[in-house]
Amino acid sequence: MSKDQVRGWGFVTPALLWTIAFFIVPFVVMGAMSLASLEGRTLVWDLSLANYAELLEKKYLWRAILVSLEITLTVTVISVVLAYPLAWIIAFRVSPRWQRLALLLAILPFWTSYVVRSYAWLLVLAREGVVNETLMWIGAIAEPITLANTRFATVTGFVHFFVMLLTLTIYANLIQLSPNYRRAAMDLGANAFQTFRHVILPLTLPGIVTGAFLTFVLCIGDYVTPQILGGNTELTVPQVIMVQLGRRADFPLASALAIVLMSIVALAYLLSARWLRLDRL
Amino acid sequence: MQTGRKILGVSALALMAGNAWAEGELNALVWCDHTDPELIAPFEAKHNVKVNLREYEGTGAALALLEQSRPGDWDVLVVDGIDVFRAVEAGVLAPLPEGAVSTADYFPEVVMVENNTVDGVTYAVTEKFGYNTISYNSAKVDPADMESLSTVWSEKYDGRISIYDYYLPVMGLAAIAEGIATDAIGAGDLAKIDGVLSTMRSRAASVAGVVAAQTALATGEVDIVVGGGEWLTAVLASEQPELTWTIPKEGAVRWAQSIGVVEGASNPDLAVEFIKYITSPEGQARLATSSCFWGMPANAKAGDVLTDAQKDILRWDQQPDYLALTQLYPAPDADLDIEMQDLWLETLQQ
Repeated sequence: MSKDQVRGWGFVTPALLWTIAFFIVPFVVMGAMSLASLEGRTLVWDLSLANYAELLEKKYLWRAILVSLEITLTVTVISVVLAYPLAWIIAFRVSPRWQRLALLLAILPFWTSYVVRSYAWLLVLAREGVVNETLMWIGAIAEPITLANTRFATVTGFVHFFVMLLTLTIYANLIQLSPNYRRAAMDLGANAFQTFRHVILPLTLPGIVTGAFLTFVLCIGDYVTPQILGGNTELTVPQVIMVQLGRRADFPLASALAIVLMSIVALAYLLSARWLRLDRL
Repeated sequence: MQTGRKILGVSALALMAGNAWAEGELNALVWCDHTDPELIAPFEAKHNVKVNLREYEGTGAALALLEQSRPGDWDVLVVDGIDVFRAVEAGVLAPLPEGAVSTADYFPEVVMVENNTVDGVTYAVTEKFGYNTISYNSAKVDPADMESLSTVWSEKYDGRISIYDYYLPVMGLAAIAEGIATDAIGAGDLAKIDGVLSTMRSRAASVAGVVAAQTALATGEVDIVVGGGEWLTAVLASEQPELTWTIPKEGAVRWAQSIGVVEGASNPDLAVEFIKYITSPEGQARLATSSCFWGMPANAKAGDVLTDAQKDILRWDQQPDYLALTQLYPAPDADLDIEMQDLWLETLQQ
């Protein structure tokens, strides 16, 4: 082995060991655990697919997967639609002097605790909260409407957080675009919409997809927001996993659910891999 | 040779240091009511020790944590009264020394020998109890309606109810509404319980944990919490006296928490002292009025320490009636437990 190779291994080995110890090994253990079962309160290593079969048999389990997917896709789409214009305005409409402040304001929600922020939304959306009070004051509604403890509340809490994340990834992409692309498109007779549709949007797709993928991953695995804001009116996969662990200590079924969750994320990665540019973050 | 001696010397010092650390500390796996400094500080001062507390949620999580720990990591365990046998089965509780903790002054109904004893050996003692019943806002609902389970989740209160997010007490309440005793619940009763749960769920705005249920009631999001009780409204009593609770005529569910010494504890003697303190009138009064949640002390002598105002909030004088009217949590075996949990999750996903 050459000196350079030894040095190369020296740099890579800590990260490799870290990945093996804290990702590969736990993943293998989790995979093996998902093939075990619980007989009464005893763990049995019978290496069967019974836990996966249970996912199909029990309506509440596959419904949890469906609910997680519906919420995650809704949040991702809404966040992209809201984040893109915001990133555009910061990149092209705000003077360079104020861009830093605008970015600072964009990431401000990250500075507060996730749990505190979720409880704050619960109060804002309550029957006697700011939203209902305002709607009643302007005469839009006569009686308070139920906003908290619903899917709407969960999606709102998520979108508030992920719009900021997507704004940053899209902004990072937009700011790298040379203004010559726009000028060239205009010179060739394209109007503003055509320039955006055929030039800017395709070039910023990596930023959108990268942000959307991160939103998807973080949203589908989140426990706190649906637990606090959703009011348990429907359960997501992480919530069902917590129930399996909290009372029953059913690690095999919880592991099977976690593997399903990871498979969905892996599928999302494969679907978006063409445009993913994580190195641009 | 000299190196070997050095290693031996350092090892001996390390061992001594380890013992000194172990003697000066007590590690307890507890519910949040034990984390109140007002409760723990007097014990630490008296014994000149540091009590390290770790909260957990759900017996399954506690047992998993204990099974993954090294012997001696934990000294004391606070556990749901109905789950003492599970902890004994898992081998994580040690027998309590005979006569170490007296229950002579306890409310007789909460001594619960059958819960805290396995094969004639006592592993734990009850330390606190209370009720999973109906909490409500007396300014928003008709208190008379809260005196019967049939009117609590009636159409009149559609969308104004939150259900406490723990399947055992809520299914216990559903069973009581159907005239089924909580200790007699079997797989054959689940269809009836399912009917009640479905009605309850269709009227509910949310299914909430402790903090969320308190927030929902306090902010007016809901006016009734099914499965609530003194533990939910007592800490809010001074600021919002309209938030109150009752036990309907059909009855309600009684919860109880027990405390025991962990098998292989580093400081078993200190652990027993801790349990003696917690079950003493002074410890019981502090535990009953913990800043996390209030509940009735198991030791009736705590009444000599509690103030009249505190006893009013706990409904001290009504306890004989309440104890007679309530039934302990359902304590299903492993198979029935899975069926009940599945039914609960199906209900939540409706």
